[in-house]
Amino acid sequence: MKYIPATPAERERMLAAVGVGTVEDLFQDIPAEVRLKRPLDLPAPASDPDLLAHMRQLAARNVDCDRLACFLGAGAYDHFVPSTVPHLALRPEFLTAYTPYQAEIMQGELQAIYEYQSMMCELTGMDVANASMYDGASATGEAASMAADLTKRAEILISAAVHPEYRQVLRTYTSHLPITVRELPAVDGVTPVEAARAAITDATAALIIQSPNFFGSIEDGDALAEAAHAHGALLVVAVAEPISLGLLRPPGDYGADIVTGEGQPLGNALNFGGPYLGMIATREQFVRRIPGRLVGRTVDTEGRPGYVLTLQTREQHIRRAKATSNICTNESLNALIAAVYLSTLGRQGIQDVAELCARKAHYARERIAALPGYALAFDAPTFNEFVVRCPVPPAEINRKLLAHGILGGLPLGRFYPEYENGWLVCVTEQRTREEIDRLVDHLETVR
Amino acid sequence: MSAPETPTRKPSLFKRPVPVIFERGTPGRIGYSLPASDVPEAPLDAVVPAAHRRAHPAALPEVSELDVVRHYTALSQRNFSIDEGFYPLGSCTMKYNPKINEDAARQAGFARIHPYAPEELVQGALELLWELEHAMAEITGMDRVTFQPAAGAHGELTALLMIGKYFEEKGERRGTVIVPDSAHGTNPASATFAGYKVVEVKSDRRGNIDLDALKAALTRDVAALMFTNPNTLGLFEEQILEVARAVHNVGAQLYLDGANFNAILGITRPGDQGFDVMHLNLHKTFTTPHGGGGPGAGAVGVRSHLAPFLPTPTVERDGGRFALDYDRPKTIGKMRAFYGNFGNLVRAYTYIRTMGASGLREASEMAVLNANYLLSRLRRDFDLPYDRVCKHEFVLSGRRQRDEYHVTTRDMAKRLLDYGFHSPTIYFPLIVEEAIMIEPTETESLQTLDGFVDAMLAIAREAETDPDLVRTAPHEARVTRLDEVTAARKPNLRWRPEA
Repeated sequence: MKYIPATPAERERMLAAVGVGTVEDLFQDIPAEVRLKRPLDLPAPASDPDLLAHMRQLAARNVDCDRLACFLGAGAYDHFVPSTVPHLALRPEFLTAYTPYQAEIMQGELQAIYEYQSMMCELTGMDVANASMYDGASATGEAASMAADLTKRAEILISAAVHPEYRQVLRTYTSHLPITVRELPAVDGVTPVEAARAAITDATAALIIQSPNFFGSIEDGDALAEAAHAHGALLVVAVAEPISLGLLRPPGDYGADIVTGEGQPLGNALNFGGPYLGMIATREQFVRRIPGRLVGRTVDTEGRPGYVLTLQTREQHIRRAKATSNICTNESLNALIAAVYLSTLGRQGIQDVAELCARKAHYARERIAALPGYALAFDAPTFNEFVVRCPVPPAEINRKLLAHGILGGLPLGRFYPEYENGWLVCVTEQRTREEIDRLVDHLETVR
Repeated sequence: MSAPETPTRKPSLFKRPVPVIFERGTPGRIGYSLPASDVPEAPLDAVVPAAHRRAHPAALPEVSELDVVRHYTALSQRNFSIDEGFYPLGSCTMKYNPKINEDAARQAGFARIHPYAPEELVQGALELLWELEHAMAEITGMDRVTFQPAAGAHGELTALLMIGKYFEEKGERRGTVIVPDSAHGTNPASATFAGYKVVEVKSDRRGNIDLDALKAALTRDVAALMFTNPNTLGLFEEQILEVARAVHNVGAQLYLDGANFNAILGITRPGDQGFDVMHLNLHKTFTTPHGGGGPGAGAVGVRSHLAPFLPTPTVERDGGRFALDYDRPKTIGKMRAFYGNFGNLVRAYTYIRTMGASGLREASEMAVLNANYLLSRLRRDFDLPYDRVCKHEFVLSGRRQRDEYHVTTRDMAKRLLDYGFHSPTIYFPLIVEEAIMIEPTETESLQTLDGFVDAMLAIAREAETDPDLVRTAPHEARVTRLDEVTAARKPNLRWRPEA
């Protein structure tokens, strides 16, 4: 077995050093009744060539986005990944490292995460970002408990325009905590400001919105922040598509107190839903309540700059039952991927990619809206996703598009029965005009 | 055996700091390439109204592609990794991460599939998930397994929420979770996050849970005992059957923290020991790379009575077709979006197929033999608080060096870095003072183990003869000891552009 280097002779030497006759002797502390008396029932060991062939076969049974024109987003986005990302972030020196508990030999990882935190602050307009959470949905769940703790209030108000799976996770996360979750119905594809004002009370810990929201609409952040703050509630903004922040106002700008989000679009592969990158950022005054790891810059005994994990008294390995969260292992590698991606794109590139997304989506939106039988469901401004009202069930449209190599948008009825013919279409910079025109041509034939 | 080479001074260039990426480059420099817009030009205001657009660009780096390459290459060289050297980090199972796993997982057919793609486009992915679930159920003796949790602690939370729902379904409300005093910190933290009160039970002198104390703590308010077996001392809980009986006698659930599963693959199964629910860290036992802190993957296995509460969706097979099942009325809901850290699941599946039943068992046997071998060679020079045959890891104490030479475990851990080894886990478990927790794994050769022993023994000598050398270590790393106190008092958590 190539992963186990000990030869039979070495095993004998080691057993002799330990003072036992056989390996079996090392397991005498396990009660006989619970020892497995048969081999595990698993497929026989496979050689590397056989295994690779098998893995290629399994992969070939999937149809990936290299083989389709993808107009599907809804929380997972098909963006171009520069070659720097896999070549640098997946270097084994990063890939096979553990959490940087021994800071002196882990300066590379620590500095990269410090830079990642800085980039997240720049993108979101916040003061502090942590080293990563699991994904956008769980980060939003953690933000709710953070907000409840900070305000000493028990009610969370969440817009129904937040990603349905984020809302499900929030409900699961809070199901056994003294936190109640209320949903604010969306109107015309946005979070209604007046209804939010009416719903927020002095018992509300936070209003959670997403922008651009699940329907692709850009929310009125200023008004919603004001509505929350008028009652001392916090505004939590989930950003499921952080590429948008190359073009759109950062949530810190309109008063967000906590920003969560999904960093997958920042250089991470679609990966059938994971591993992804949970983002969380907040204001300076809340830093001691933020969950997860933080990297800080300091100096060594000779005055050289260096980096360490810091403010660890918030964390489970120190504070145990009183920690701000139970998170330990996070998504460091995905954060590193985001850092390499954002460094490569840089100050100009993130604006350019965001603008390309917005322009292409705008073109697709206008063309589809002009088709007989099709209409935009909502009027609100959008970034790279929008909802189309279709003349036939969207699942049917998707089936027909698939035959032409197009992966269509998300049938909205899956999450919103009231929008049964709603179709959530996403256009990233990856889509060409030719692909958009082809999509429109096919739509014309399915009415 | 030859004495280890005394570490030599590195040139000062070696210690030169790397500027942050923001300080590289210059305004206007770029490192990316994007296509020009091929859609008809529209005024930007018509695309996104000015009121919604940002006034100032994010101050991201302005660097060339080569700047990016040099920067991250330099950072990678300032990192310790399994691919560089031995990582005897107790409880973390830093075994070799096979390269073939990477090749399998990075195929476009896995890495480039959309989570909401129609099921007929992802049959290969669903088949892999189904096969992996069945393999994990066989390995653990559980009935169903979910891969939704992103890490071990996330798995703990998932399990505790399922246990809560199980009691709710029975019309019971239980508010307490018991953890041993040797438990990982995530256990009590997860219990709190799941809304439980935490009661800690002490360990006995053999390093097992104190059975009398456990029985005294077991009331009908107890929802679960969170138990690590082998425990964090690296010892198998000899009274596991009595523990299971006592827990079940009050109707509580027995939870296994499977962080230490690398000791028992194919040897004993938690399902057969009486556990109702457990998590596995696929980034430990099943070789998915730890990525400098994540991503992990925290599979949770359950016996059939807890299966109705699994997060949605599950993967089901109907003839030759695989499907996602969301129609599970008693589910706890969702723990994250989509299905889990799929990329890691591909790697874990590849590993299991490489090893087969015989390979997995051999891995545990060698992990345990390696640990006992290290223990036998180190036991005279360091204190050994629990003197028993260990499983995949063991815990020494540095109290002799502390008391006699004022050299702490932290000092010795830092000195080990100079010898080219990562340090063991230190100051954990909390019940051992000056704890040194060593886990070699099965993938290390005898030469490596002997080299590590030589370094440990050399450091024990240094503690006697030149304690200051150890107290001020590391000397050969890129930086000397870092000022953690100032880092926490005056946190500098981000780079800021100069005003």
